[in-house]
Amino acid sequence: MLKVEETQPVEFSSALIAKLDEVVKRYPEGRQKSALLPILHLVQAEYGWTSVPAMDKVAEYLNIQPIEVYEVASFYTMYFLEPKGKYVLEVCRTGPCCLVGAEKIMQHIENRLGVKEGEITADGMFSWRGVECLAACGFGPVLQIGPEYTFYENLTEQSVDQLIDDLKNKDLRQ
Amino acid sequence: MGRKLLLEHINVPGIHTLEVYRQKGGYRSVEKALKTMTADDVVEEVKKSGLRGRGGAGFPTGMKWSFLAKPEGVPRYLVCNGDESEPGTFKDRYLMTHIPHALIEGMIVSSYALGANTSYIYVRGEMMPQIRILEKAIEEAKAAGLLGKNILGTGYDLELYVQPGGGAYICGEETALLESLEGKRGNPRIKPPFPAIAGLYGCPTVVNNVESIAAVVPIVNDGGDEYAKIGIGRSTGTKLISASGNLVKPGVYEIELGLPVEEFIYSDEYCGGIANGKRLKATVAGGSSVPILPANLTLKLANGEPRLMSYESLSEGGFATGTMLGSGGFIAFDEDQCIVRNTWNFSRFYHHESCGQCSPCREGTGWLEKILHKIEYGHGTLDDIDLLWDVQRKIEGNTICPLGDAAAWPVAAAIRHFRDEFEWHIKEPVKSQTSNYGLADYANPIEKTPEEVKSQN
Repeated sequence: MLKVEETQPVEFSSALIAKLDEVVKRYPEGRQKSALLPILHLVQAEYGWTSVPAMDKVAEYLNIQPIEVYEVASFYTMYFLEPKGKYVLEVCRTGPCCLVGAEKIMQHIENRLGVKEGEITADGMFSWRGVECLAACGFGPVLQIGPEYTFYENLTEQSVDQLIDDLKNKDLRQ
Repeated sequence: MGRKLLLEHINVPGIHTLEVYRQKGGYRSVEKALKTMTADDVVEEVKKSGLRGRGGAGFPTGMKWSFLAKPEGVPRYLVCNGDESEPGTFKDRYLMTHIPHALIEGMIVSSYALGANTSYIYVRGEMMPQIRILEKAIEEAKAAGLLGKNILGTGYDLELYVQPGGGAYICGEETALLESLEGKRGNPRIKPPFPAIAGLYGCPTVVNNVESIAAVVPIVNDGGDEYAKIGIGRSTGTKLISASGNLVKPGVYEIELGLPVEEFIYSDEYCGGIANGKRLKATVAGGSSVPILPANLTLKLANGEPRLMSYESLSEGGFATGTMLGSGGFIAFDEDQCIVRNTWNFSRFYHHESCGQCSPCREGTGWLEKILHKIEYGHGTLDDIDLLWDVQRKIEGNTICPLGDAAAWPVAAAIRHFRDEFEWHIKEPVKSQTSNYGLADYANPIEKTPEEVKSQN
């Protein structure tokens, strides 16, 4: 669901606008709407999620109606319509991964982080959710972390613990 | 050892770079096609090769190309379908990760054959690392004069772009993919008109799978007739198979079509048998949408002859005793796996991924998921099995795109072959929560031990 409480307008940085300009060049004259999906990825990478003011700004940039952006952002699963943790662990929950233990991995992540699917840890660092097939069935169980969508394969409870520790330490160093 | 056309050099260090790829003979087909062949010659070779679409439908690629309308003054487009999201399928990710130039090379030759000057590779958004790999490969190819204006001095121009998706299985359907590429929701279009007449931006468009496009390279290099010599009958060439589930060596394998299924599962050259010394219970041979088969029907046809990895052999016997090659997503289930749970899992997937346009699919997939959940968690009644059958029958064939069929078939096949396991879940609601049914009576792939027979009664 779209949340509209947040009304603070968003201004894109010139660095972001330069990236958007590059994307729009890929399409024929007048077909700039084709850039919508790639642009929403760039905007989400910048802000961590896809807020209504950010979508309004995208509509303005592409010279299309805001509803054309909302309907797309709400159709595809990769756009977060509400804030998430800094790292979102997305675990594949589809058949082949479940044959090799994905359900146990999700349970372990829930226990380890102490939050349910979709919730954010108190320190704002982590969220997790089950997602549908990530096309890596031979290397399951798998999870990915945006915005780079780095991939972690052949997960075990130990490797998940290690990953979470590494992300925490990485953040402390920054 | 079967012949390898796509993955021959996959283990060569640095094969993802243009330099190493060219040392291994890469981009020969671009030189050959652009300098010595007309566009129609290339189409003719692809027709002769008998190559069939590797994304799942198996429609002859050369024929698809020959349908492309060529009105004067209207641009034509080639769009590569790299949306790979069919559960069980991960070959395109593998190809794009390790040998991206094979796809770029195929795109150049195919675009030339179709007269396209702008082409897109639509890759699912989750594959951001692969998108970056492809973009880097395109940059390299452009710097070497293999893309852009006046390629290799032949006067042919081609711009190639990578487009990320947004996370939607439905965008693997070609018209939904085109909608998505136009920046819209991935709702499939009503056909006709087919994309060959009105596709991207209303212009004539061909949409081909990653593997199909990559296969054009060896076809142009060696000729369509040579390619057609590999394989069996109308299943020509090699096919990438994504093997997953309870196997000793899951992974991507390139096979010559016609390989016996038994050899694929058990030989050390391929999957190396079932993991942990277990027995095979069932397989889904072509991605989650195709019918599940019990072990005996996986390995042998109804008449007892060995089943082969080919379009024809896998579908031998129709849906009564056969399945489909589909996208080549081969999922193996060992004796401890629960067919009811897996069917529920797949139904949840299709419910989640239904675009919502057609009511039989939007509502039906939800009902399938709910009823299967109810049975899986021990609250089912015997009537529910008939209700499941009824719902899936009402979805099949009543939707704009094949997602409806894809949601219906796995449920139908699971009931057809494993009805006893569904009934056991209903009759033993408590026991089924803590133990597995094991090998099914109806399927009966391998003799059960006396203890197993006892524990089930």
